[in-house]
Amino acid sequence: MSPQPEAAPSGVIHDIGYRGYDGPRLGRNLVARALFFHSLRGVFGIGRSARSKVMPMGLFAVIWLPALVIAVITVVTASQGLLNDVPVQFARYPMLLQPAVAIFLGTQAPQAVSLDLRYNTLPLYLSRPLERVDYVTAKYAALATGVFILLAIPILTMYIGALLAELPAGEQTGDVVLALIGAALFSLVLAGIGLLIASLTARRGFGVAAIITVLVMSYSVVSGLQGIIGHGQSDLATAGWLGLLSPMTLVDGVQTWALGAESSAVAGPPGDLAGLVFCLVTATVVVGSYLCLMYRYRKVTV
Amino acid sequence: MSHVPVIATEDLTKRYPGITALDRLSVEIEPGVVGLVGANGAGKSTLIKILLGLSEATSGRASVLGLDTVSHGPQIRGQVGYMPEHDCLPADVSATEFVVHMARMSGLPADAARERTADILRHVGLYEERYRPIGGYSTGMKQRVKLAQALVHDPQLVMLDEPTNGLDPVGRDEMLALIRRIHTDFGIAVLVTSHLLGELERICDHVVVIDAGVLLRSSATADFTRASEQLAVEVTAGTEAVARALTAAGLTVSAAGQILVVEITGEDTYDVVRDTVADLGHGLLRLEPRRHRIAEVFEGGAADVSAA
Repeated sequence: MSPQPEAAPSGVIHDIGYRGYDGPRLGRNLVARALFFHSLRGVFGIGRSARSKVMPMGLFAVIWLPALVIAVITVVTASQGLLNDVPVQFARYPMLLQPAVAIFLGTQAPQAVSLDLRYNTLPLYLSRPLERVDYVTAKYAALATGVFILLAIPILTMYIGALLAELPAGEQTGDVVLALIGAALFSLVLAGIGLLIASLTARRGFGVAAIITVLVMSYSVVSGLQGIIGHGQSDLATAGWLGLLSPMTLVDGVQTWALGAESSAVAGPPGDLAGLVFCLVTATVVVGSYLCLMYRYRKVTV
Repeated sequence: MSHVPVIATEDLTKRYPGITALDRLSVEIEPGVVGLVGANGAGKSTLIKILLGLSEATSGRASVLGLDTVSHGPQIRGQVGYMPEHDCLPADVSATEFVVHMARMSGLPADAARERTADILRHVGLYEERYRPIGGYSTGMKQRVKLAQALVHDPQLVMLDEPTNGLDPVGRDEMLALIRRIHTDFGIAVLVTSHLLGELERICDHVVVIDAGVLLRSSATADFTRASEQLAVEVTAGTEAVARALTAAGLTVSAAGQILVVEITGEDTYDVVRDTVADLGHGLLRLEPRRHRIAEVFEGGAADVSAA
């Protein structure tokens, strides 16, 4: 702003008139990128009211703290020579904290999409250069990235702990890379399912309840059944196949078969055919939820 | 000035199952403040959605700023601002944050978005309250935020759908003055819809009247109001006697309560009225020219159309 003339009395607002805008106008892709970063910040409540920060930041702490404790324990016990491997496999961490991850998705997926539906903001996006496909892609990418950050930071924390404890660096690095790939799969699957459910209702409360129910209930039922069939009747093959029926055990199965992780479920996929099926189903869930989201948003009237 | 019309439609038709929202509408709109008038359900919002490329026409063509709505949707939307009729503001963010975000969604870089937001919020009359969450705003303030997001990227044309909806008389006047300024001060073409003719008469250069998706009339506001001028006359007593005397003097007089409405035939009409009233020994309380309201013309026009 230019300095006010000295003679002007203080407290007067000078109307400098309307100024046009001749600067650059970014294209569709850069606008979509701006929406991605805006939504990603929104996933963690950044740029929203303090109340909106409580849940995501609280859950982030809940999910991160155990990893920090594990890292400290790794360093301390290794220094006393009591430990020659990490106490918790990196790849198992998402399954260990899965209830908290489910709640995070339950609160943050609706935050990403239902607000625009509830407040009818979508027409404002669509009356701009952005297309529906850009909106859906940016939102999906933002939530998946948000969940990935949520899972990757604890995994990296444990990895740093392992390195500080002077455990074999090569082996740990290989493990952490595989664990991060697994975390990316978890993010894509969970964000896809979460967003799809959230986009079906403009009522945020319904979205929260529905997502938590679907994620937590499916996991409890599947792991309960797996327990009964796998341990009770010693039918680990059937128990393994049951893992297809909940998102968490599904991705765990892929990690077990394709990435060589230890299964956190009662049983992993029995055999290579099952492993392949787990991978296919995972890919179908990711692509399917994206396509369903596209279909859903084609239906939104403006 | 260029001769490309801001908006042009050619036999534009939109059918929904069971309803024809627009029926072979052909209209050309020049830069300025253009009012789109019609009853609720006349097809105003449908037209705007087609112009923005958000909805596809069943048949016919439309162009905005010389660009075809079907093939150039994104380019049109980059140069046009849109203020919807309905609520569209999130409650939990401040006006500043929201308008900055919307500026970025229009393709402005982050710095420019912040600068333009500060400017435009000042222009629409939002000051300290811009930092509070929108959820606590009055209807008038919300309408201003909606207007700001439509203007923040300095478009060439704004489409305002019922901008005075839900406002009290003072808020309505302020909003209308603001809309007028968008054209006169900001140099942006305006298409504004309303179901209230009187409002648009005050601010529009041109009025387009549609009813049930059919064009009733499209002409300059001056043409609407110039049609015939009248003189409102009020006297202290003997209204009937004055009316008779004026009729005898060759003027067309109609009574509206205590006020006589006299058709102006020329400059001497004023003198005739003055002399007639003075001759009768009454006092003249009021002698003022009155323009036809668009509404009256519209009613007449609608009657003509239905009679045809």
